[in-house]
This record gives sequence, C-alpha cells and structure tokens, in this order.
Amino acid sequence: MSDHFGDVFNTRIWQEQAEPDNPFAAALCRCHGYDVYGQLIVKAGYLEYLYLLLKGDRPDAASAAVLNILAVALANPGPRDPSVHAAMAAGATGSPAASVLMAAISAGAGSAGGAREVMLALQTWTDCGTDLAAWKARIAAPAETRPLYWPQIEHVPGFDPHGVRCATPVLQLLDALRVALPNGNTAWLASNRVALEQAAGIPLAQNGVIAAAFADLGLTADEAEMLTLLWRLPGAAVHALEQKQRGYRQFPFFELALENDPGEVQA
Amino acid sequence: MSTLLENHEGPLPTRAGQVFPGQRAVFGGLDLHQAFTHSDWLEVYLYGISGKRLSQAQLNVLQSMWVYTSYPDARLWCNRIGALTGSTRGTGAQALAAGIVASEAGLYGFGPETAIADFLVRAMEASRNGADLDALVRAELARHRHLMGFGRPVAAAFVDERIPVTLAKLEHEGIAAGPYVKLAFDIEAALARVTGKRLPMTYATMLVAVPLDFGLTARQSYLYLLPSFVAGMLPCYVEALERPAGATFAMRCERIAYDGVAARDWT
Repeated sequence: MSDHFGDVFNTRIWQEQAEPDNPFAAALCRCHGYDVYGQLIVKAGYLEYLYLLLKGDRPDAASAAVLNILAVALANPGPRDPSVHAAMAAGATGSPAASVLMAAISAGAGSAGGAREVMLALQTWTDCGTDLAAWKARIAAPAETRPLYWPQIEHVPGFDPHGVRCATPVLQLLDALRVALPNGNTAWLASNRVALEQAAGIPLAQNGVIAAAFADLGLTADEAEMLTLLWRLPGAAVHALEQKQRGYRQFPFFELALENDPGEVQA
Repeated sequence: MSTLLENHEGPLPTRAGQVFPGQRAVFGGLDLHQAFTHSDWLEVYLYGISGKRLSQAQLNVLQSMWVYTSYPDARLWCNRIGALTGSTRGTGAQALAAGIVASEAGLYGFGPETAIADFLVRAMEASRNGADLDALVRAELARHRHLMGFGRPVAAAFVDERIPVTLAKLEHEGIAAGPYVKLAFDIEAALARVTGKRLPMTYATMLVAVPLDFGLTARQSYLYLLPSFVAGMLPCYVEALERPAGATFAMRCERIAYDGVAARDWT
C-alpha cells in the first residue's frame, strides 16, 4: 500500500501512563484530563462519567437530571419490542451473552422504532429547529437518507406509524422532560405536538421525544443514535436472561401461513 | 384501533419458506431437498434473495468475484475485528458477524457498493434517455462531492488488481461484458474528463455492475455481496487464536497519542 498510515491511536478522550515495569499496562488513565481510577470511580456518578466521555465535560445538574430520565425511559422497551424479542430468541435457545446483545442491537438499530429513527429525528431538529413551517415542509418532503444499504424510512421519524393517538407513556415522558427542559426543543415539541401530529398524520412516538431531549442536551445525531443503542441494552439483557432460565419451550415459536407450498414431492 | 397491526396478528404469511421437521423443507416455493439437490450454495442463496435461478456460468463468475476479494490481511478493518476477537478468545461467530456488519462501511465495502449501484442504475436509465454522461457525473459530484466506486482509499491511482481477473473470468465463462460493466468503464472515462484526475474504478463498482448485468436489482446486488469478505476474515481469526492471547496488534501505552485537555481534578 502506498498511502501512509500512522501507528498510534490519536485521541482527545483518553491518556495513559505506563507502569514503570510494563509498557503494556497503564498505571494512570485519564479521561478528558480526569484521573479515572484515582478520582472518578469514587467521585463521579455513572451518568456524569458517561456524559464526560461523550462531550468532554461534566454535565450541569439540569443536564444530569435529563440524562437520568432518558436512561430510565430507554432501559427496557419491553419484551414486545423487536430488539428485546430478538435478544430473547437468542437467550431462550442458549446463545452466548454477546449474541444476545448483538441480536438486540441488530433488531433495535433501524429506522422503524430503532436507534436510526432517533438519529433521523435529531437531524430534523438540527435542520428545522423550532420553526413549525420548516417542520411541516420536511414532513411533506422528507430528506433523502443515506447510506443506501439502509432501507428507506417509511414514516416521519419520531412519529408512530401504527399509533391511533399519542400513547400515555410518550405523554408522560414528554411531560417529565418538558419540566426538566423548560426552554428548549422539548418544551416546543410539547406545545406544538398536536400541530406536528396533524402534519405527520400519525401521533408522536417515544423516539421523537428522545430525539428532542438529546437535541436539547447538545448531542449530535450520531451521538444520539449511539446512546439509544447503548441505553436499550439492559432490558434486552435481563429479558434474555429470564428466557434462558425458562427455556425455549416457554418461548413462542409462532405459526406460519405458507402461501406457496409445493406439497410433498415424491423422490 | 390500529387496523394494520390487527390484520397482521396470527399466523405469519410467508413465501420465504418453512421447515416441516422430519419431513421436508420449502424454500421459496420449492422443495429444498428436491429442487436444489445438486445446487451450489450460492445458487440457493441468490434464489433466496431474488427468486432467480442464475446459469452455472453466471454463478461461477459471482462466486469467483467473492474469491478475488478474499484478502486475509488482518490490517483491513473488517478482518481486524476478527483478529481482535480471536486475540481475546471470542467465538468464530462473533468474529464473523461483527466483521460482516463492519463491512457496511462508508470508506469501503457495502457503503460505496450500494452508492455506486444506485448511481449505475440511475445513470443507465438517464443515458438510455439520451443524457450526457459527463453532465451526469458533474451533477453527481455536485450532489455528493465525490463519486463512490472510483478512486481507492489505498493505492488510489492504480488499477484495482481484482478487475482484470474478473474480466478474464467473464471471458472464461463465455459471458460478454454487459451494459452495466460497459457503463462503469464509460463513467471512469467521464470522471477523468470532468475532474482532470485519474480515478480508476474500484472493485466495488465491478462487484455491483456484474450482478446488475445478471438481472439482480441494486438491493439484491447488495444482499449478494454480504458474504464477500468472510473467507478473508476467518484466517485472521484463526491465526489470532494461534498467537498468545492478547498478542495480536499488541499496543503499548505510549501508542496512545493524547491531544486532549490537560490533567484536572474532579472536585
């Protein structure tokens, strides 16, 4: 290969000093300047540390409160959610833990209820802000989505294609976040929800609320997608562990309706 | 009431197939063990994603195109994941699955391949309607800044070594270069005229032009490509298992080049 590549990891996140007797073992690890094992493990809360990792600074109290609400809201989508269902299918049949979480990430990644929907919804916040006319224009003419290996989205990101009205937990989450974020996108969403739902023709979904709050926290679309994937894993993990204990005979196998059965063929 | 979902409750309608344990299996409306008794795996795979049964010569070419891009070079990004999984004594399935999904990259693999497939399909339709190829290339460059599938991330100025052998394989199988392969070379020439730079076609373009010529759609071509790197991944995993644990791509602490904020206290 003619092109030159470096042989170090360049990072503004993580710094190490080696042990004096082992260049492959770190004696000191700093995250954005803070001593992880000397200070953070006893002084920092988990969500504070997560925010530090992501944004390079500590969250203020209001942001920490919002992070807590979002982490709890996302932690368990419940066993009907495709990501948890996929994890349980792996767990019930005895697949390794990594398979369980990879299954959850795979079935929870897409634009129909998955983390990509949060990413796309956050892009709408970036592009349209709190301009209702811009939102209506975007809803009427969705942006092209790339890369093209993703199936094209089939509904307005952040809204529920199968909803008949805004679901109670969505309203509860929106209300809790509106109180914690009284001046940003989330409050505007709460005030303009009905108008947006009328434009979309479908009700607001949880992913739409999550995206608004992530936008208020200053997260990029990529960061929001990543956090959504991460924060949904606890529910997938525990439901899979439960199904592993119960065994595959208690797990639905469902019924098919084969439409093109050639019937038994004589050899 | 969510009518759509209510209509989809109950037995799952399917034309993909079904297993009847102890009796038979149906694959796309055919009896798997009767209709595909002597088939190559690739024939079944392609039938499953497209409903088409390709000729033996076409199958030979498509399989060889996978062979030609089976590079067991552990530096390559998807292979590196397999090697690192072996180094930490993870499983082969974890190495392979993560390697495949990582191949959905923007720089290489399924990102460029789906982008160029989309452009080839659009350019073919436009040129059949009399559009000028140079103008199409100019418009694409204005829209996306660069044209995926031309100019390789490494060794950008050289002919991709996999292309001549693919053309030879087509000839060996008695298959003339089809309209999409010819169009790809025409685009390469147009790109040189428009940019004044030599940006040779990459294998990504050939990998989609050939299946498009064989009658697959852009999406079916993407699905054909998914296993294309796997033969190169597993040798990297296997070899990592043979090294001492943790010894693949060993990194001493000083190979982290930190360029973040200075040390600070968490008070």
